[in-house]
Amino acid sequence: MNRRVVVTGLGVVSPNGTGLPAFLNALQNGLSGIRFMPLYQELNFSCQVAGVPDFEWEQLKSYISEVTFHGLKGTNIGYGIKAALDAWADAGFAYDTDETRWDTGCIFGNSIADTEAMKNVIIRVDNKEARKLGSRVVEQAMNSGVTSYIAGRLGLGNKVITNSAACATGTQAILMGYEYIKHGYAKCMLAGSSEYVDPYVYGAFDSMRVLSRKFNDQPEKASRPMSATAGGFVPGSGAGALVLEDLEFALERGATIYAEILGGSSNSGGQRGGGSMTAPNPAGVIKSIEEAVSMAHISPDDIDLISGHLTATMADKQEIQNWSTALKRGGKDFPLINSLKSMIGHCLSAAGSIESVAAILQIKHNFAHPNINLDDPNPGILELIDRERMPAIQVNKDINILAKANFGFGDVNTCLIFSKYKNK
Amino acid sequence: MNRTEILEELKKILSPYTVDKEKLAAINDDTDLIKDLKINSANLVDIIIDAEEKYNVEIDYDSAEKMIKVGSCIDVIAERLSEK
Repeated sequence: MNRRVVVTGLGVVSPNGTGLPAFLNALQNGLSGIRFMPLYQELNFSCQVAGVPDFEWEQLKSYISEVTFHGLKGTNIGYGIKAALDAWADAGFAYDTDETRWDTGCIFGNSIADTEAMKNVIIRVDNKEARKLGSRVVEQAMNSGVTSYIAGRLGLGNKVITNSAACATGTQAILMGYEYIKHGYAKCMLAGSSEYVDPYVYGAFDSMRVLSRKFNDQPEKASRPMSATAGGFVPGSGAGALVLEDLEFALERGATIYAEILGGSSNSGGQRGGGSMTAPNPAGVIKSIEEAVSMAHISPDDIDLISGHLTATMADKQEIQNWSTALKRGGKDFPLINSLKSMIGHCLSAAGSIESVAAILQIKHNFAHPNINLDDPNPGILELIDRERMPAIQVNKDINILAKANFGFGDVNTCLIFSKYKNK
Repeated sequence: MNRTEILEELKKILSPYTVDKEKLAAINDDTDLIKDLKINSANLVDIIIDAEEKYNVEIDYDSAEKMIKVGSCIDVIAERLSEK
């Protein structure tokens, strides 16, 4: 049976907009969510800017019970709850249920528990006060905390899985959700990911010398994918969530359909052939894109827009090369390509889900968002693709097919193909 | 501190752990924390920790196990306070 999988709900907590209207407005106006972080200056970090969502913690009380709210400290979990429950409501579903929803599962990813919150745990244990920790630490320290809170609130009873694949986590979660529906295991999957970059995780990236450090006095200019002056990425935090449904199930209940997922691929370059813990093997990236295109039964020429991984490091040029090789397109014939990271930085585990929400909004509203800060395209990239394929201002056009990919530490790759939903 | 005073203080301690504020306002010695107030059994640990902090007492594991009903909670707290 050839099941089709559609997206029927979206939720987002992004550095440049929390909630769909604010986020769409930010995409269409090229609004940056990168801010100067006085704490990071105090801590002597080289990079002192970050993408931080405008997030009022107290608002969670309107999503979860007062009892659950009391003692919730994990910022990554808070972001995830908001994005997931917003997506759920956006799909037209109610939160409350007495019965378990056996047909619906949840795949939500993240990287690490909120280390800042865990610091208090460590201090207490070291002070020989472990008995004062209480019952709420384990559920927030466990990696599956975020899925447990979401699935518990909504009574989800199908597969409930927490995935983790570094910067490919979000796209991988969506791909897994798609596959479960495609194979008939579930009718509906709530998929997404969240990330809270606390000072400890941030500090560790800072020490790797992979972060932007020359724009601390101009935070909004600090994230510069594909530019000659791209000098490292800017860490960001947030969450994104998608409600995925079996098309028939969605049509039966009269759901509003944003887009269709045509296929995707997740693989690893095996940390061979130039790949390593921190760099992708180009062969793996190319294979992942080729497989996604093949699984989606499209031609590379059908792709209107690429939502790249494009973090604003030395790797951007290689990524464009990989896309060009995989799609056999270059110069003026290359698809439009953009990087949301120019506005929000690199949200690590949450990158794939937030960028996928952006991808679907671009499909629905027929535009390619601008690459902000692209004043000085990398000359090496200009040898591969035409300048106008990397729009610095918004391009209004029909986006029928969009390829979205993310590549993560551990040499893991995921590519998704999204499409306008057509009743063919 | 008499039993009525402890009861009033206990209501404040229990408040974050139950959504049923009406039942909480009407608790008495026979009120069962789990069955009547629908408190998650895992949260009993948190209630004991909060009570220890509030009264500056230490409630050992064996005493903690007795704290199932409001009355037995008050018994344990009153006993600890009298030992101070």
